[in-house]
Amino acid sequence: MSDENKTDNGRRTLVIATAAVGGGAVAGAAVPFLASLSPSERAKAAGAPVEADISKLQPGEMMTVEWRGKPVWILRRTKEQLATLAKVKGEMADPDSARSEQPEYCKNEHRSIKEEYLVTIGICTHLGCSPSSKFQPGAEGGMTADWQGGFLCPCHGSTFDLAGRVFKNKPAPDNLPVPPHKYLADTKLLIGDDSKGA
Amino acid sequence: MKFLRAVALVALASPLVANAAGAELHLDKAPVSFENKSLQNGAKLFVNYCLNCHGASFLRYNRLKDIGLTEDQIRDNLMFTADKVGEQMKVAIRADEAKAWFGATPPDLTVIARARASEFGSGADWLYTYLRSFYRDEKRPTGWNNTVFANVGMPHVLWELQGEQVARFAEKDDGSGNKTKHFEGFEVVKAGKMEKAEYDQNVADLVSFIVWMGEPAQQTRKQIGVVVIAVLSLLALVAFALKKAYWKDVH
Amino acid sequence: MTSKPQALLNWIDERFPLTSTYKAHLAEYYAPKNFNFWYFFGSLALLVLVIQIVTGIFLVMHYKPDASLNAAGVPVAFASVEYIMRDVPGGWIIRYMHSTGASAFFVVVYLHMFRGLLYGSYRKPRELVWVFGTLIFLCLMAEAFMGYLLPWGQMSFWGAQVIVNLFAAIPVIGPDLSVFIRGDYVVSDATLNRFFAFHVIAVPLVLLGLVVAHLVALHEVGSNNPDGVEIKKKKDAKGVPLDGIPFHPYYTVKDIFGVAVFLIVFSAILFFAPEGGGYFLEFNNFIPADPLKTPPHIAPVWYFTPFYSILRAVTSDFLIIMQAGVAAIWVWSLMRAPFIGKAIATAAAVVLIPGMFFIDAKFWGVVMMGAGVVVLGFLPWLDQSPVLSIRYKGALTKTAIAIFVVAFVILGYLGVLPPTPMRNLTAQICTVIYFAFFALMPIYTKLDKTKPVPERVTWK
Repeated sequence: MSDENKTDNGRRTLVIATAAVGGGAVAGAAVPFLASLSPSERAKAAGAPVEADISKLQPGEMMTVEWRGKPVWILRRTKEQLATLAKVKGEMADPDSARSEQPEYCKNEHRSIKEEYLVTIGICTHLGCSPSSKFQPGAEGGMTADWQGGFLCPCHGSTFDLAGRVFKNKPAPDNLPVPPHKYLADTKLLIGDDSKGA
Repeated sequence: MKFLRAVALVALASPLVANAAGAELHLDKAPVSFENKSLQNGAKLFVNYCLNCHGASFLRYNRLKDIGLTEDQIRDNLMFTADKVGEQMKVAIRADEAKAWFGATPPDLTVIARARASEFGSGADWLYTYLRSFYRDEKRPTGWNNTVFANVGMPHVLWELQGEQVARFAEKDDGSGNKTKHFEGFEVVKAGKMEKAEYDQNVADLVSFIVWMGEPAQQTRKQIGVVVIAVLSLLALVAFALKKAYWKDVH
Repeated sequence: MTSKPQALLNWIDERFPLTSTYKAHLAEYYAPKNFNFWYFFGSLALLVLVIQIVTGIFLVMHYKPDASLNAAGVPVAFASVEYIMRDVPGGWIIRYMHSTGASAFFVVVYLHMFRGLLYGSYRKPRELVWVFGTLIFLCLMAEAFMGYLLPWGQMSFWGAQVIVNLFAAIPVIGPDLSVFIRGDYVVSDATLNRFFAFHVIAVPLVLLGLVVAHLVALHEVGSNNPDGVEIKKKKDAKGVPLDGIPFHPYYTVKDIFGVAVFLIVFSAILFFAPEGGGYFLEFNNFIPADPLKTPPHIAPVWYFTPFYSILRAVTSDFLIIMQAGVAAIWVWSLMRAPFIGKAIATAAAVVLIPGMFFIDAKFWGVVMMGAGVVVLGFLPWLDQSPVLSIRYKGALTKTAIAIFVVAFVILGYLGVLPPTPMRNLTAQICTVIYFAFFALMPIYTKLDKTKPVPERVTWK
């Protein structure tokens, strides 16, 4: 033990130097291991943008496409449905989508590029269940009498309006996220890519 | 230590004594180049001539960005067998049809350059020699044979470029009365679109691409290796000084 | 007043032997001060074990043990290795670390074993250290063999095919046993899956247990050294061996240097020649497994080739030599050995000599290959020399070891080549040398003229 007490300065410097270089080497060696945990090229290819043909979608209908393994809803809203958005605004937790996730170009009243078409990821912002459609207004659809149409999450009862905005005092904190998307043609959507080029 | 050195010397030398020659296969040295220009030309040839029958199913089209191509270039010029640039280079024909035509399913070529290495030369050398050694042989169902791969099932897909050649063989007596056919050389019987030098250069580009495809990270690997070894050398140096500093107490 | 870290340490020590373990195995584990170059390979083997475990864990996250064909007609297992090499970020580094690590493991272990042979590290009281070591070597061979099937290339497939068929050579139960091992009539998906299970969990678990036993046994008796002098015989007033130094810090700093140098070599291979010239990653293994087509020349990975050569050397002609060998040992035992030795040798002779007439050479090849490994474990009792280290042994032993090493290397080299009559004869001669080295050891180590051993270790 007496040897340790004698640790002179030269040794201390060398201990620090070795620890530093050794530590650097270990950190460098950890890089490929940590990198290997992130999505592979296969996952990235599978997560590539998907095209959706919306030419056959009638007003009031909804279609679902898969993007990165998640359901993306495309809802073609009727005039009446769009009118409900203003009515329920007061009951919303985040009526102006201030803290919710959507591209800048969808941060508006109807949360979409074209007023008619809502594009949203059908995953509840609470714990990740997929809400069910409850488009029928009133009590007939199993909802309350003042229900204007929207979505209900079956897991913990969060409700969303027809713009995917969440109602107040529900478990879900945020509105349904809107994925980046763009129109390749009038009735052709590209989901997952909103870049100007290409 | 003298004893150990002597043992080591004999042990290392002994395989040389035990060595004996097997069947020789002469391969030309492939002038492999990892310049983007060569690799891109190779990619073009590969997609046009090979991918019809052979897949490269571990390589994604978008990996071709590593050889200096843009996604648009890939999509417009090279991508005949897929819809998305992230997809793998799948073969154009169906495996069962290929089997019916050639008698065997053409192998996937992604790692062929690694598989073809042998004691006679690298996989690149094999491919480079093979692709230049097709000759006319009417006895074969395809009309083609090859001096590197005898009775090969594959026809000479590059014949338009190379032209047609025949092989000259000489009978050779091995001394005990056994006659063996010995390859002497090729004779061009019909010129192709390319001169010999031009054809060889294009084959070299194609082979370079196949080598690159076998391990797309191989250039990166060597670059990282230099850094890693530099860091470890520094570590060895400091660690040696540290060891000295401690061991000066040991008497 | 005790400081806070000290108080925490006390709290732990009252519940867990932390400080005492640290002292017993590092700070107050006294190792001889005259360790040389050869003593790096033990700690390096431990390092490689850690590399293999860590890289293995990450490979398992991406690898798929599945022999069925994917859409492109390539076996899923083979494709998943290429997936790791291309699509997984950093995957190729991890895979090359694992494949290079496999060969590196055998390099350091062979050198570590050779060190033991040179300096008599297996002699009393270290017999169990050596026996555990031999078992580790056996485990390592099993681990490497089963791991080699996983990439599902041609060499994986045909290597497994040949080795599993060795078991079919066992009389009566053999054919059923080999089917039982494969779980199928050929090497197949079932085989791949069970080898995967053994490779990633069963064998490593045993291996780790054995490594702990190897180290516990070593630290119980203390390390040997190049002089073969027992340092515990000369102690100072405090009971510290005069020629001993605490493992930590002296050998920790020395081993860090050794590790750095080793990693330079390791990285040079990994980054600049990961195929190791076709010896670390065999060229034919880049062709997916094809049960209908054997590659023209198959050879096991280099680290198995000495034993593989022994297997091939045992032909029907060779059995006569083996019978003569058994008979010679028997006769010798009748003259010189104690009663128990006589009994064992007689029983062995009665079984083996007629056995070699009735059961064909294929089986005895397997037996000899196994015996080639197992015989290592008997070294502590075969060496009868009064000294431990090669430094004080005579010319007879030195010559024997030299010839043995040369024979072993030749066997290894022949194992990678296709057989010819000349090579087979060479392999047979080397096989005789290999076993004679062990069988004759009790005789030549006794006859040998040894030099006097110093009281203390030689140093500087």
